[in-house]
Amino acid sequence: MLSDKDRIFTNLYGLKDPGIDGARARGDWAGTADLIAKGDDWIVDELKESGLRGRGGAGFPTGLKMSFMPKVSDGRPHYLVVNADEGEPGTCKDREIIRHDPHKLVEGCLLSGVAMRAEAAYIYIRGEFYREAEQLQAAIDEAYAAGLLGENCCGTGYTFDVYVHRGMGAYICGEETALIESLEGKKGQPRLKPPFPANVGVWGCPTTVNNVESIAAVPTILRRGGAWFAGLGRENNTGTKIFSISGHVNHPCNVEEEMGIPLKELIEKHAGGVIGGWDNLLAIIPGGSSVPVLPKDICDTVLMDFDSLKAEKSGLGTAAVIVMDKSTDIVAAIARLASFYQHESCGQCTPCREGTGWMARVMDRMVRGDAEVEEIDSLLDVSTQIEGHTICALGDAAAWPIQGLIRHFRPELEARIATAKQAANTRAA
Amino acid sequence: MPTLTIDGVEITVDSGVTLMQACEEAGAEIPRFCYHDRLSIAGNCRMCLVEQENAPKPIASCAMPAADGMVIHTNSPSIKKAREGVMEFLLINHPLDCPICDQGGECDLQDQSMAYGGNDSRYDENKRAVTEKNMGPLIKTVMTRCIHCTRCIRFAQEVAGVEEIGALGRGEHMEISTYLEQSMTSELSGNVIDLCPVGALTSKPYAFTARSWELEKTESIDVHDAVGSNIRVDVRGKEVMRILPRLNEDVNQEWLADRSRFAYDGLKKRRLDKPYVRIDGKLTEATWEDAFKTIADKVAGTDGSKIAGIAGDLADVESMTALKDLLISLGSANLDCRTDGVQYDASNRASYLFNSTISGIDQVDALLIIGANIREDAPIINARIRQQSLTGNLQIAVIGETLDLTYDYDYLGAGAQTLADLVSDNGAFAQTLKDASHPMIIIGQNVLSRADGQAIAAMAAQLADNVGAITADWNGYNVLHQAAGRVGGLDIGFVPQDGGRDVAGILDGAASGDIEIVFLHHADEIDVSKLQNAFVIYQGSHGDAGVQHADVILPGAAYTEKAATWVNTEGRVQLGNRAAFPPGDAREDWTILRALSGVIGKTLPYDTLDALRDRMAEIAPHLAEADQIVAADWQGAGTAGDTSDEPFAGNSIDHYQVNPICRASNTMEECTNIQNEVSEGTGTNG
Amino acid sequence: MSGQTQAQQSEHFEFTAENLQKTKEHIAKYPEGRQASAVMPLLDIAQRQNGGWLPQAGIRCVATMLDMPVIRVLEVASFYTMYNLAPVGEHFVQVCTTTPCWLRGSDDIVSACKNKLGINMGETTQDGKFTIIEVECLGACANAPMMQIGDDYYEDLTADTTTKVLDALQAGDTPTPGPQSGRKKSEPAGGLTSLQETS
Repeated sequence: MLSDKDRIFTNLYGLKDPGIDGARARGDWAGTADLIAKGDDWIVDELKESGLRGRGGAGFPTGLKMSFMPKVSDGRPHYLVVNADEGEPGTCKDREIIRHDPHKLVEGCLLSGVAMRAEAAYIYIRGEFYREAEQLQAAIDEAYAAGLLGENCCGTGYTFDVYVHRGMGAYICGEETALIESLEGKKGQPRLKPPFPANVGVWGCPTTVNNVESIAAVPTILRRGGAWFAGLGRENNTGTKIFSISGHVNHPCNVEEEMGIPLKELIEKHAGGVIGGWDNLLAIIPGGSSVPVLPKDICDTVLMDFDSLKAEKSGLGTAAVIVMDKSTDIVAAIARLASFYQHESCGQCTPCREGTGWMARVMDRMVRGDAEVEEIDSLLDVSTQIEGHTICALGDAAAWPIQGLIRHFRPELEARIATAKQAANTRAA
Repeated sequence: MPTLTIDGVEITVDSGVTLMQACEEAGAEIPRFCYHDRLSIAGNCRMCLVEQENAPKPIASCAMPAADGMVIHTNSPSIKKAREGVMEFLLINHPLDCPICDQGGECDLQDQSMAYGGNDSRYDENKRAVTEKNMGPLIKTVMTRCIHCTRCIRFAQEVAGVEEIGALGRGEHMEISTYLEQSMTSELSGNVIDLCPVGALTSKPYAFTARSWELEKTESIDVHDAVGSNIRVDVRGKEVMRILPRLNEDVNQEWLADRSRFAYDGLKKRRLDKPYVRIDGKLTEATWEDAFKTIADKVAGTDGSKIAGIAGDLADVESMTALKDLLISLGSANLDCRTDGVQYDASNRASYLFNSTISGIDQVDALLIIGANIREDAPIINARIRQQSLTGNLQIAVIGETLDLTYDYDYLGAGAQTLADLVSDNGAFAQTLKDASHPMIIIGQNVLSRADGQAIAAMAAQLADNVGAITADWNGYNVLHQAAGRVGGLDIGFVPQDGGRDVAGILDGAASGDIEIVFLHHADEIDVSKLQNAFVIYQGSHGDAGVQHADVILPGAAYTEKAATWVNTEGRVQLGNRAAFPPGDAREDWTILRALSGVIGKTLPYDTLDALRDRMAEIAPHLAEADQIVAADWQGAGTAGDTSDEPFAGNSIDHYQVNPICRASNTMEECTNIQNEVSEGTGTNG
Repeated sequence: MSGQTQAQQSEHFEFTAENLQKTKEHIAKYPEGRQASAVMPLLDIAQRQNGGWLPQAGIRCVATMLDMPVIRVLEVASFYTMYNLAPVGEHFVQVCTTTPCWLRGSDDIVSACKNKLGINMGETTQDGKFTIIEVECLGACANAPMMQIGDDYYEDLTADTTTKVLDALQAGDTPTPGPQSGRKKSEPAGGLTSLQETS
């Protein structure tokens, strides 16, 4: 188990002062100028060494991503955009960073900005987090007042600005190019790639979009060294991670733990265990709504990291653990996610626009058993017609939960259909 | 120059081409809905997916640049399955109402579903229904059919330059609409009908009037402005059912202005379908013989110097040639085609042409517009300028009115003094023109028709010379005509002969009694009140202004009803074809004059259209060069003189009401009404 | 647009002096010429000024201010769910019903709202005080079930505490946002399992 000294987010629960004094007491903004003085390449190299992979869901190596930014500006400014559009069902970790440890994020913006030779960071925060946006803005204001941001920030001669941009209700803006479109004042519809944001991002300028947790971890990683972070977890799955544990556990919570912690240990140690005991467990969605559900037998042993969960045909995603005990109508639980994706499809490309609604409608019937058994395969087929054929990953995200359901709970679907048919026959007779 | 392998064929393509283009070059056909080569890439329909070896998932070929070493499969089982999947998604919420859809028979979705559609549907849910959206009098919407390709949105934004169409809402509830269902305020709006790959946007006037497969299609030339847009006239029986653009990269690309597309209902109204003779002050139906005899009797007693002829905006070259020959044989020198009053010098062809040519706009890097409302006078040319402007390589300046031309420009001033300043090398834009590799000056008909028009023309020509706009292979001096018949008339010299009168002189002479007989040939854009006392022979297609004081009416053919030569503003000779017969007793125009000449006893020496065209070529050899532009030698333009301080005004004529066909069209009347509502509503238009 | 919405549209919208200042601060965040980036905050300010819903006149006003085609602004206003294009009640109650909240009993919260206010989801009370709607995940899943009223989150709800919150609002009070269970934030309710020295 991770010890507190190796936790990055030491005010995760907001029990201490989130303001600049409290932050400084926790070690934030200490020697920032020295870190900046070590230069952009040093920062990127440390992050590469740390093995930090993006905490927003896709898990792309953060240092590598930053290194894609042009080494020499062609005259266009560079921008860091922070993805605080936390909207993946089950996920509620960035909110805690923003409202309780905002200075970690703000300092992380500056250091990451230096790494990519950026002149400003825009933090795109979901619109519903109105109070959190206020708290974040307050932290930024404190940083400006303390000379930590703006012209000659931290006395380094560097000029760096941080702005907050509120979204207004669209899950799709968590997709980085949709977020960029939205930041430009448009509908949040993902862009075609290439070009990639590192070449053509916001306002046509080189841009890197990183998750809140990734950026907020940067200052601690730089202070303690990439090797420290890499020493936690296991290869290719290093460091610490905030897990959001929701659903049928005794004590739902957020908790920062070491990557690769066994799922069962995570739940029993921090969330008070599954309601009714581990044996009452039905299934867990281990990484936010987009990743396929896992039945209990896999949950018994699986480790919570990128590669372990991938091996089980699921994913770490945002590390949002949604626990479902045996009382759960698993079909209804996934059907509710299907209607979520239907609601959140941007409408731009055909498979997602048309397919998410189709799947949601079939799933609604599956909940009632109002379907034919062959429709299970038909539904699976429709999901594969969406998967991999869309502009962005929302299509995949909509397909996977249903694929996971059919993979692990096909008998439940079949039984429900049979029951419904029997009831209909009884009525008819 | 990347080399890649497509379906086993190795091919080297130009750098920067997309995978879709590379596939087409390799002979692989790629289905698509959203992609259109004149619009930006949207990549949203996902129909054009192809498989790239070693790529994790299929890629949209429309949006992916072709790269060296790619190995592409366009017809693998997985790609076929992917496209069938996309097709299925497009169809689940499509109403499949093809039997009652005007797009039926020429629908991309219908066609491609033949290749990628299933036999029956797996979709058992309710289909989406979307309410219709008003888009004005031209575009009918059945939005339930929409497949959200966004071509219409991109056309409005990119080509038409009016950002008025959008996709509202999101997900499966996304709907295409204008703001609060207002009419589209573009003079090019009808093109979205052609662009729509399904039956969501169709032609409102054409709605439910015909099926595409029962129409006879004739390629022809448009006459509603001087662009000479290439069109296809679709006819059922003798009725024109619709008019569509025809691809010509050098002229209209694949666009068509709304008035050119939609004024055709005016072909069916107010038509002159019988000869008339005025008896005891009343126009009375007559036979052709009576009509000809009445003219012959009148001509016989009149000296040639008292006879005159005016050819109007819609006069074709053949009939103007015949009329010119006839008038001269009668001893008249009083003929003119310049009804707008511009003193064009017919002997100096470069002085009245759009010399840079329309396709030449694609090279222009500096443009000065002098008193021309190009957006209304020649919407197609305006779109071409906008297209070039969007490349970022074109600087534009305007002298005249501050109009919304759909592109940015520097406003230099209102009138002749501003132009004079440029000529005397004052002002930054003179330098811009000088620095340009292909500088261009466009001068509008409304400026040239002023009393000081020729002096302004001379200044513009001087400026063209000054800035190096005239070189061996470039002529940057351009006259923007508004009338389809004008350049042809000038080319055959339908202008006053030695000692003859021009239009103003003819009209004054008619008022004073010096002119006794006036042939009005498709001439309606003149002050007919001066013709009260003259013997007026009106030949034309519509009962418009010209018939008001006519003594004899000879029913002629509209442009869709005759084989005729048209010369557009750039001097391009194009042949229109007969798509339908003229109504009733009306006849092709040159044959009327040929017949009349026999009755008068001045038989014209051509019995066939070919013979007449030989005669035209004798007068102006370039007229034999159909579809060509024969460049004209530069001899300067205009005549130096005093200019007035009066600001240059744009066109005062409603661009939906430019000729008798438009004025007879209900559709054009609706467009005018909408336009007036808009301008009253905002106070900014017009 | 529904007839009701049309009826309540006014011809004119103008920012108050105070809000106009705010709009300028937002526009200043973005590089020159990129003022369209401020469209979302400006529409939000317009909505707040207009009692929680965004009138067409506000959309046109923002379009003019930012030099954007009005159709582009309407696209934005119709894409993002936080813009209400029709009037809403004084207290805009959004109950999250996505799976994590549903697992923790969001159905009960929905019922409690309906019972308390006597209206269905998507409706507004006669007195114009409350509108209740179901919304997608609001990102407070470890504090499920939850609802947002105005700008504030009310978390760890039960049917009882939901009714209490609504009672308080009805009485003109301001109930304390956050968990209604006695928990502070998103720490484990059974006692800290990490960061213990901070307690």
